[in-house]
Amino acid sequence: MTADRKAILSVQNLTTCFRTDRGVVRAVDDVSFEVFPGEVLGIVGESGCGKTVTSKSVMRLLPERTSFFAPGSRMLFRPASRSAPDTPGNAKDTLPREVDLASCDDATMRRVRGARIAMIFQEPMTSLNPVFTVGWQIEEALKYHTNLSHEQRRARVIEMLKLVEIPNAERRAGEYPHQLSGGMRQRVMIAIALCCEPELLIADEPTTALDVTIQAQILQLIEGLRRRLGTAVMLITHNLGVVAQVCDRVMVMYAGRVVEQGGVHEIFRSPRHPYTAALLSSIPKAGKREAGRRLPIIPGIVPSLFDLPKGCRFQDRCAYRQDRCVNSEPTLDTIESGPTGETRLVRCHFPVAAVSTPRSAGSAT
Amino acid sequence: MLSFILRKLLASIPVYLGIVLIVMLCLRVNDPVQAYLGKSASPESIAAQREKMGLDEPFVSQYVSFIGRIVTLNFSEESWERKQPVGEILASAVVPSLAITVPALLLTTIVAIGIALLSAYMRGSITDKALMFAAVLGMSISLLVYVVMGQYFGAYWTAQQGLDVFAISGYEPVHESVPGNWIRYCLLPVIITVILTIGYDTRFYRAVMVEETGRDYIVTARAKGATKPKIMFVHMLKNAMIPIITHVMITLPFLITGSIVMETFFRIPGMGQTLITAINSKDFPLIQAFTAVFAAIFIATNILTDVLYALVDPRVRLG
Repeated sequence: MTADRKAILSVQNLTTCFRTDRGVVRAVDDVSFEVFPGEVLGIVGESGCGKTVTSKSVMRLLPERTSFFAPGSRMLFRPASRSAPDTPGNAKDTLPREVDLASCDDATMRRVRGARIAMIFQEPMTSLNPVFTVGWQIEEALKYHTNLSHEQRRARVIEMLKLVEIPNAERRAGEYPHQLSGGMRQRVMIAIALCCEPELLIADEPTTALDVTIQAQILQLIEGLRRRLGTAVMLITHNLGVVAQVCDRVMVMYAGRVVEQGGVHEIFRSPRHPYTAALLSSIPKAGKREAGRRLPIIPGIVPSLFDLPKGCRFQDRCAYRQDRCVNSEPTLDTIESGPTGETRLVRCHFPVAAVSTPRSAGSAT
Repeated sequence: MLSFILRKLLASIPVYLGIVLIVMLCLRVNDPVQAYLGKSASPESIAAQREKMGLDEPFVSQYVSFIGRIVTLNFSEESWERKQPVGEILASAVVPSLAITVPALLLTTIVAIGIALLSAYMRGSITDKALMFAAVLGMSISLLVYVVMGQYFGAYWTAQQGLDVFAISGYEPVHESVPGNWIRYCLLPVIITVILTIGYDTRFYRAVMVEETGRDYIVTARAKGATKPKIMFVHMLKNAMIPIITHVMITLPFLITGSIVMETFFRIPGMGQTLITAINSKDFPLIQAFTAVFAAIFIATNILTDVLYALVDPRVRLG
């Protein structure tokens, strides 16, 4: 990981607010992170921690009437310049070198959505429109973002269906979503997302609704396509096994805040925030020594955004709580630059002691 | 598709025979001839009329002969009251009815879908609230108010001002009238029918659209970079068409029957008025023929509805 590499997405102080009957809540509170070209960034946390709101903020897919970004929120997107006219995407228009997604107009946002940043969702069963063929639905994205002719678009649709390993691509293109299984539909969603060759793919719990064997296939597919196409991926999940399998870096969120961030190897080997440590220890492990032992859980639930504690947001559930945690909220500090040059950020007054590093885990990307 | 329609048609034959059977039985519970001629009628005249109508024959042969006449589309039986073949009466009455109901339905449906889309698009805004308030207001006011206001201000008062746009009431057959004049007679009843039905339809269609705006595929379409109009008019509308078609199709058979109330108030010689006078004058052959025709139209629209479903919703397979 070299520091001089330019991030394609640089989110700075993102605060996403919702107007509710009980006042304004901050579902995402002062979150900053970067995504580098070709890497996989995992965002983990329990339900209600702000993972999905973060990803939908980047795509600006939140309800317009009830949500807004607090002043100071910036999401700088730096699209790669697409000069080669013969790339399959054949983009219709060029974007400025740097776009602030938090403040750009809707027309610019639409040129980013689907073309430069694409998204796949948790529910493949309902995410496709039931009354149009899957081929039409893939072609639609090409229609909006490329100058390809009808024949070229049809060819690209077939090519995409083959890329996501759907057998009988020509026949399947003419079928409707209800004729496909859940795993197939998620493949179609991936085909829609990648058909314009975006620089960034946001996958919001893409495997949660699928059964385990299909989960592995979908993850392998995303991982394989990232390697072939060089697409950066933001993977939102609550499954730490998935994170370990495919992510380069991890960001842990809790109650709208980033609590820990770092390289996947470092975090899994030596979690520094008590929440991360507790999440990791609650993964079931196979093996004799574990047999018959109760699985550790994190007591309690994520605090309501209407009723956040004054100090650290994790205090009620933390095993290491002290007086200082109740009175003042810790800041997100750089505590180390790991052996691979990966910065490690932790939001805790009393971080968990580091596990001594046996040896470098190798480059994260 | 074609085999589906054929099978549906075959399956509806026993249904239709049953309907005709029940109708014929109902009409014979009280002696129709006695009812028509009155208590003072002589037994000879009753017997003569009975024989003339074939009502003295056994019921089974009456039934078979009536079915036979329906199949051969022979409606030459004479109305007792109007001394004209019933087929001719019905044929001349259906045009004025359709002249009111078809434009009214088209106008209502198109405008209601448009308002519903706009309202759902701007859900929660002042425009949405104002439109829905107007819809409730429109459907809450009595038909009589519209008729009286329309006839007084719309027709009478404008005519006084020298603007002869609406006729107060009445009708002229198309082929005997200057085209402008014919439209003049239809205009007011059409407008009032639209006002009467549009409130309910708009609210129903808006509810359908609002339900669709919350669906996951809308988010997918936005994530693809689709514009709002594309989402509304392509993605949402096709899904919303399924309940909309059902709603429109249910009202189709009633286009033929026309509106009894509107035709009465505006003195339009349509099916509604014909039916009412036939019932009042106990015109047995006319009532029987009307019911038989209406039942056939009802069955046909039901089959048409199924076919339209399959055209809009790929999940519906006819077979």
